[in-house]
Amino acid sequence: MPFRFGHMLGIEALSAEEILFLLDQSKPFQEIQKHPLKKLATLRGKTVALAFFEPSTRTRISFATAASRLGADQMNLQAESSSLKKGESLLDTVRTLDAMKPDCIVIRHSSSGAPDFVARNLDLPVINAGDGTHEHPTQALLDALTIRDHCGTLNGLNVTILGDILHSRVARSNIHLLSKFGCRITLCGPAMWVPREMECLAPGAVIRRATRMEEALEGADVVITLRVQQERMHEPSLAVEEYILQYQLTPKRLQLAKPNALVLHPGPMIRGLEIDPAVADGPQSCVLEQVTNGLAVRMAILFLMIGADSYSERDSSHAAD
Amino acid sequence: MRIVEKNQLMTATEIDRTIQRLAHEIVEKSGGTANLALIGIRRRGVPLSQRIAQSMRRIDGVDVPVGTLDITLYRDDLSKVAAQPVLQSSDIPFTVDDKDLVVVDDVLYTGRTIRAAMNGLFDLGRPKRVRLCVLIDRGHRELPVEATFVGRNVQTSDSEIVEVRLNEIDQDERVMLVERVD
Repeated sequence: MPFRFGHMLGIEALSAEEILFLLDQSKPFQEIQKHPLKKLATLRGKTVALAFFEPSTRTRISFATAASRLGADQMNLQAESSSLKKGESLLDTVRTLDAMKPDCIVIRHSSSGAPDFVARNLDLPVINAGDGTHEHPTQALLDALTIRDHCGTLNGLNVTILGDILHSRVARSNIHLLSKFGCRITLCGPAMWVPREMECLAPGAVIRRATRMEEALEGADVVITLRVQQERMHEPSLAVEEYILQYQLTPKRLQLAKPNALVLHPGPMIRGLEIDPAVADGPQSCVLEQVTNGLAVRMAILFLMIGADSYSERDSSHAAD
Repeated sequence: MRIVEKNQLMTATEIDRTIQRLAHEIVEKSGGTANLALIGIRRRGVPLSQRIAQSMRRIDGVDVPVGTLDITLYRDDLSKVAAQPVLQSSDIPFTVDDKDLVVVDDVLYTGRTIRAAMNGLFDLGRPKRVRLCVLIDRGHRELPVEATFVGRNVQTSDSEIVEVRLNEIDQDERVMLVERVD
């Protein structure tokens, strides 16, 4: 039973079934990454507008590659070298892109809610590539795909998220996703970055906060380490050495988690800060696999959202079989 | 618009007999089975290819590898197929390089499915040869595609549909001619 996605704005509004459907639809695209010839003509003639109003390496290149491998063309907006510098508004910018008739728009913006705003003002499928501190749905999906590939299921896992939860859209999207599968989520980091409100983020979710790593990591099936945004270490001040001492994910601390616990990181990693290089490069680290899965997830989403352009009710049972 | 059954083209027994015959024919016309491999096209080509391989094993004592191919990503008519095309994985656990491939499907009609299948296969490597085996050839080709191994040729009109039902997928076993009636 296929689902239709008019937009991909966040995980919060998706059901567990829709999420599993997206993961299942990502599988063929994982396979394609192993082919000698990775290029398809599935989205030939379609155009994907990439509107990145915030810097990005991973997500941007991932979406661009996903579009290319499906045979689609791209429209590339790079904020730093655009007329945004001249004072052009977000709405005017996306309307300009829309006037050139793309088939969908992928947006990353520093304001929470920007993709939703664009979706309400344009008649165009919108994909959220990260908005403010709100959501980063494709990241949570690729994390879920990685977790499911290793653990066989998403149900009832113990997942620990470490770091600056407060400012993390990745954390929020992951919390929404994992709580739909009954996971027990533990949030750990310096108190100012793990506010009490996070425990109420997803209704019915089982979320607890821990101030000490030892307590947070015990029995974890999955550990998601977030980047420490050094810009934020001044609000209020936290010495880097202090962070490393108390919150770095070291091999010794990782041993407190379950024996084959997965280590995930959305990237980019700051080796030696939030994560010990030995863990980053160790056997439990899934960091590179996450990137490969990200490509598969984004190809699946582009395919599902712009692959078929009409929603006719034609009976397809055998006609085109 | 409704679907009306017109007549039954093949019974379960006839399907089985035809599959046995096709298996023999493929072995006979392959001049050696060392590089032979079957590729079943999702969905109904899959159980057909598996049954053909089974027959080859049982009667001719030949072990031929079988792969499955999902052609959704290679179609030229995605927007017309369904409201939401659903993908399934392909699973070809061997290299296609230098292989003597026989693609298996239930019905050959316009030939577009086979064109898509070849695109998919050539993305994987360079087969030595690709031939086609179908249970039913219903004519009306829109592309220069031909089947080397054919179960049955059936004359049809455009408003008719050939429906193949196989136990593995439909919990029923027969081939029917149905018609779209306004």
